[in-house]
Amino acid sequence: MAIFNLTINGEKREVDVDPDTPILWVLRDELDLVGTKFGCGVAMCGACTIHLDGAATRSCQVPVSAIEGKKITTIEGLSEKGDHPVQKAWLEHDVAQCGYCQAGQIMSASALLDSNPNPSDEEIEVAMTGNICRCGTYVRIKDAIKTASKL
Amino acid sequence: MTLIKTKVGRRSFIKTSAATGGGILIGFNWLVSCTPATEEEPTVAIPNEWFDINGYIKIGDTGMVTIYSPNPEIGQNVMTSMPMIVAEELDVPWKNVVVEQGSLDEDAFKNPQFAGGSLSIKLSWDALRMAGAAGKRMLMEAAAKEWGVAVTDLTASEGVISEINGERTIEYGQIASKAVGIEVPEELELKEPKDYKLIGTRQKNVEGPKIVTGKPLFGLDYKREGMLLAMIEHPPAFGLKVVDFNTEEIKAMTGVKDAFIIDTTIPEPGGLGINAFPQLVAIVGESTWQLMKAKKALKVNYESVSEAENSEMHAAKMEADFEKGQAATSRLDGDPDAAFASATKVIERTYTAPFMAHNTLEPMNFFANVTADKAELVGPTQTPKLLEESVAKLLDMPAENITVDMTRQGGGFGRRLYTHFGLEAAAISKKMGAPIKMIYTREDDMSQGTYRPTYRSVYKAGLDENNNLIAFSVKGIGIPEGPVFPNRFPAGSVDNYVAESRGIETNISTGAWRAPRSHFTAGAEQSFLDEVAELAGKDPIDLRLELFERAMKNPVGEEHEYEAERYAGVLKLVKEKSNWGTETPGVFRGVAAYFCHNSYVAQVMDMVLVDGKPKVKKVYCAVDCGILINREGAENIIQGGVVDGIGHAMYSELKFEDGTPTHKNFTTYQLVRFNQAPAEIEVHFVENEIAPTGLGEPGLPPAVGALANALYKATGTRYYHSPFSTADQGSNLIG
Ligand code: FES
Ligand code: FES
Repeated sequence: MAIFNLTINGEKREVDVDPDTPILWVLRDELDLVGTKFGCGVAMCGACTIHLDGAATRSCQVPVSAIEGKKITTIEGLSEKGDHPVQKAWLEHDVAQCGYCQAGQIMSASALLDSNPNPSDEEIEVAMTGNICRCGTYVRIKDAIKTASKL
Repeated sequence: MTLIKTKVGRRSFIKTSAATGGGILIGFNWLVSCTPATEEEPTVAIPNEWFDINGYIKIGDTGMVTIYSPNPEIGQNVMTSMPMIVAEELDVPWKNVVVEQGSLDEDAFKNPQFAGGSLSIKLSWDALRMAGAAGKRMLMEAAAKEWGVAVTDLTASEGVISEINGERTIEYGQIASKAVGIEVPEELELKEPKDYKLIGTRQKNVEGPKIVTGKPLFGLDYKREGMLLAMIEHPPAFGLKVVDFNTEEIKAMTGVKDAFIIDTTIPEPGGLGINAFPQLVAIVGESTWQLMKAKKALKVNYESVSEAENSEMHAAKMEADFEKGQAATSRLDGDPDAAFASATKVIERTYTAPFMAHNTLEPMNFFANVTADKAELVGPTQTPKLLEESVAKLLDMPAENITVDMTRQGGGFGRRLYTHFGLEAAAISKKMGAPIKMIYTREDDMSQGTYRPTYRSVYKAGLDENNNLIAFSVKGIGIPEGPVFPNRFPAGSVDNYVAESRGIETNISTGAWRAPRSHFTAGAEQSFLDEVAELAGKDPIDLRLELFERAMKNPVGEEHEYEAERYAGVLKLVKEKSNWGTETPGVFRGVAAYFCHNSYVAQVMDMVLVDGKPKVKKVYCAVDCGILINREGAENIIQGGVVDGIGHAMYSELKFEDGTPTHKNFTTYQLVRFNQAPAEIEVHFVENEIAPTGLGEPGLPPAVGALANALYKATGTRYYHSPFSTADQGSNLIG
């Protein structure tokens, strides 16, 4: 176990965990930030997507020891009032079925739009293909990303 | 006027006020009404006092209404649609409604609380309407008493009671305190469908705002003060049993509180109690990651208790036993043998499908807090009542001392109908004497499944010289159950018809996987009919309509399990909406229709070639589910069914070697992804006033057939064996 100082959603947080603990489990077990989901643990589903210095990152793959000094944003910190354009578009298109994958989808989509405000269909595909939605809400995800890009 | 009895079973609807109590508190409770507040239209204020009207309804002094949603929410959106039905009859503005998940209390809800067979809406239609109508009547009775008038002098609408011939009005919130406990008459008047204001509209998922902001909603998110975490390790292969493990070494690891073997065997577990591994290693600690590391360090000794099976053996057995022994179910009309002998053209095709895992994106998990005389369970289950009964057996405790609460569930698809994971949590909590949350890794989840069985069916059809279908045979086998529904279409539409279904035993645990058997039969039958139509030189929709015509006018045999008119109805609607018959260069079309779980769905799938590889571009769906409750949620679940159908038919399979599933995570088990899904899915509904039926499953099966038929048009190849993208059938299919 070791002490790590993290910056999560703009706040300084200190945790005492095994250095190889993936940030996913630091968020979920230590910091009560459970919006970031566990789906596979092997970088294949995207449910655990967060922003690490603004880039969409699979939090199940990044040990806590590798992120000190970096800025972490989770779904809880994407916007103060749940009114980020991507969140608004997700509600407008009523995207969710079970909802379990959606935090990861939103984090992938918002990272895409931050770096590329008007993505083409192909660019959306590339950015979103790492996020599985077992319920099959892909059509709505695509429509919501297009709406968000205009907000 | 629709009259409905308010007495169900031994208790009247009204006598169980306050029975359900608050919803589940996950970390904290926050109130969000169903329509987000806007500047012009503020939502109703948070009440100072709540009044329990009945098991479903609680009204606050400000007019805010809480409606408890009785059934498990697995993504089928019943948490929005079920309360909509209550709110319609209560006649309250949807923006004043707050929805909470109800606890397990079938007495209060007057209805079975489970999510299975797409039955939530169908089975609860009366109870939900009655709850709303009874609530409205109670409020009106209270107002009548207050004003010294008769109930018949009053009318109620949009949360306000008014005098018919007078000036006075009162809001629900102002009279609710006086409505508590008021008796309602034995019969109540329900609205006519033409008067619905809320039912049939588009309403957003009531938990949408929580979902997009990452609030704790799911079983995996549940937390309790002093709660420990637990993980399990099951044998790597079916046919093995845990003997012992390196207990001391594991217990000595950092973060491990305890490690032991649990046994969840219960007497008479029933079909949904299926459990291939009642003995498991359990490890308990405080951090998921440390538990995962402890799992990796496990050295478990296993003993063989039954044969290790493999996929080649399964295929060979299904072929060898195909027509052996008594069929489990069967049907015979006319004389198929003679008809086939006299037929001008005969066609026979074999279809197969592999085992599949459910792979809900949220892996199995459950919270349990077992004390000397009580047990409390919280988590994702499709069958809370059965879980309660099963835990009662495991702990030898009266069911009254056990509570089961449902969290939101990260997918169900049938996987959470089973009770073993809840029992495992209870066994671990009992051993620890502490509240625990047990969670599966993806590998645990995929390799300890209640898998979709593997199937093999042979379809055969005979045409006379005029290309009329005169003989039809469907014989199927599966491990452990066969995939044939003898009384479904085309039974009733062909003079000479035979259907037989057989099963073969296995030690692999299998179960209900979204639209059990139907997803396979729809794919096989609907692509077979496409070939029959081609052989007959007929349009595939026309061929089906001809058969439905026969089943309507002059049905063959004693009975069949579908209404030919509604079946034909969805085909005609999809034909119209898709402009079937018009050719677009570069677009290849397939059609299919299927009836299962009480709803009818027809689909036309448009495929294009992208870099020479086929890809579904657009899908048209026509659906008859009777009265439509929530248009938004209904469209969404049908779209999801289409994507699920395409995905599993194209990509997914679970094979076995030496009893071990060869796929354990998404590294090799392929689920459909964003770039493989259609760009557009249009959903149209047949408008009628038939009592509503479910949509969780019926959207999926026809997608398999429409996909196979579109693939044929696009590639010239017929696909008989799912997953269609496997190398032996053309790996070029992965688009
Ligand atoms: S949990 Fe990290 S990608 Fe699946
Ligand atoms: S909404 Fe259920 S997994 Fe995406």
